[in-house]
Amino acid sequence: MDFKRDFPMLNKDLIYFDNGATTFKPKCVIDAVTDYYTNYTANAHRGDYNISLKVDMAYEDVRDKVKEFINAKHREEIIFTSGATDSLNMIATGFFENIIESEDEILISDSEHASNVLPWFRLANKKGAVIRYVPLDSTFYITIDNVIKAVTPRTKLIALAAVTNVVGDVRPIKEICEFAHKNNIFVVVDGAQSVPHKKTDVQDMDADFLVFSAHKMCGPTGVGVLYGKKELLENLEPINLGGGMNESFDNEKQIYLKELPTRLEAGTPNIAGVIGLGAAIDYLNKVGMDNITIKEAQLKHYLIEKLTKISHVDIINPECDSGIVAFNIDGIFPQDVAVYLDKYNICVRAGNHCAKILKKAIGVKNTVRVSLYFYNTFDEIDALVELLKDKEKILKEMI
Amino acid sequence: MDPILKRDIILDNYTNPENKEAVSNEAYIKVNSNNESCIDNIDIYILIENGVLKDIKFDGEACAISTASSSIMTKELVGKTIKEAKEYISNFENMIEERPYDIDNLGESIVFDEIYKQANRKTCALLPYKGIMKAILKYEENHKE
Repeated sequence: MDFKRDFPMLNKDLIYFDNGATTFKPKCVIDAVTDYYTNYTANAHRGDYNISLKVDMAYEDVRDKVKEFINAKHREEIIFTSGATDSLNMIATGFFENIIESEDEILISDSEHASNVLPWFRLANKKGAVIRYVPLDSTFYITIDNVIKAVTPRTKLIALAAVTNVVGDVRPIKEICEFAHKNNIFVVVDGAQSVPHKKTDVQDMDADFLVFSAHKMCGPTGVGVLYGKKELLENLEPINLGGGMNESFDNEKQIYLKELPTRLEAGTPNIAGVIGLGAAIDYLNKVGMDNITIKEAQLKHYLIEKLTKISHVDIINPECDSGIVAFNIDGIFPQDVAVYLDKYNICVRAGNHCAKILKKAIGVKNTVRVSLYFYNTFDEIDALVELLKDKEKILKEMI
Repeated sequence: MDPILKRDIILDNYTNPENKEAVSNEAYIKVNSNNESCIDNIDIYILIENGVLKDIKFDGEACAISTASSSIMTKELVGKTIKEAKEYISNFENMIEERPYDIDNLGESIVFDEIYKQANRKTCALLPYKGIMKAILKYEENHKE
């Protein structure tokens, strides 16, 4: 496939290695969004006229696409949100506030993104619950053994990313779910860094909840998905009340809510965003999720192989299986490395990548992060490596 | 100033910064300064006696520009009265923000006179000044007549 033809942003004389933050959008996604705004703008689930019906169909059609994409059992298990963060907050507040009690334990890890930490902190503070951390092994991985060791009779919930955004380790989610469910523990999976990069099958992994964001998988910003098992979503209390989600209400303060999934989508949804997400899923399916995984692995191994040969480059996660490489240049602040690369139109991220508690575990506070996607090329990696080879050049040009 | 000389001064202040150490002496006012958009994070310690900046130290993790700017700032401001320091700071800010400024009054800090060309680096150069102003205001708050 000709990705250069498909992605306008791939023709801007840029090398983009910040796909963990957000991804480029193919023309078909941009066109789908524009088409809605240009040719059939109307609200969803509201009108009795032709274009409103067309909006309904387009919007609900994406729900079916997402269902297929992650192999959910029912279409009602797919809730559209503003993104993974929104989804996690809805789950923490709307579901687990009614589950978690004082002294209960919530198990997370040191390498979670802020969005999979702070909602649990708030919940724990509110309920007097305890946050515990699965110990990372020497390569910053989470093993099923370490999960089992960290679980106690008070553990009610395990919330983990399927792939983390700093060290890119892939977690054994299926095994974790199997063990957790035997012990009556819920599992919430942050799929923001996994769903865009590998085939997802929620029935096979058996997660209770899974969240992800459209913009990290070639879709628009401001839209994401909350997947939950139907019987659990039935008990997820809507945080937002308003139009579209109520059946009726009267002046005695009685509210009658609609069924799933509408009940959890109050107000006018991000219609254009959802339609764009649908186009993104079509595009990813066309490329093939397995092809995406394979290409990223090839790019990553190529990059690691080259970086390993440079003595002043210290790779934090040479072993991991995802397309994320975190490294530092000996004696140079990561931000200066990023500024230096930016002068050559190479976009990388420097910082703690929203995982502020990870520094304790990996002993490094900030890193330079290269996060790859299937449209990156070996030539781009060559260009990056070439620029990193000469430390004197970096020192000279970073200012 | 010659661009190569400028770069050398910045690099020198980055690799061998002056006054970069944490202070535990309680006579010093301590403030933290960090940039929301990036990862620079420094603590500034300042000793003010009778309205004069007697000593300034800084510590933390920051990029080349922030570190060099902090190092130069500590050298330039020590010995100045609060009034002189404020004038210096506002003159420095004027230079960074491309407003009219007095070039003769800035000492080594003029190495940053072209930093505006890299918009994302402006906040780095300003970081220690944001901190020192916070500290001075804190001092003034505590020493109101």
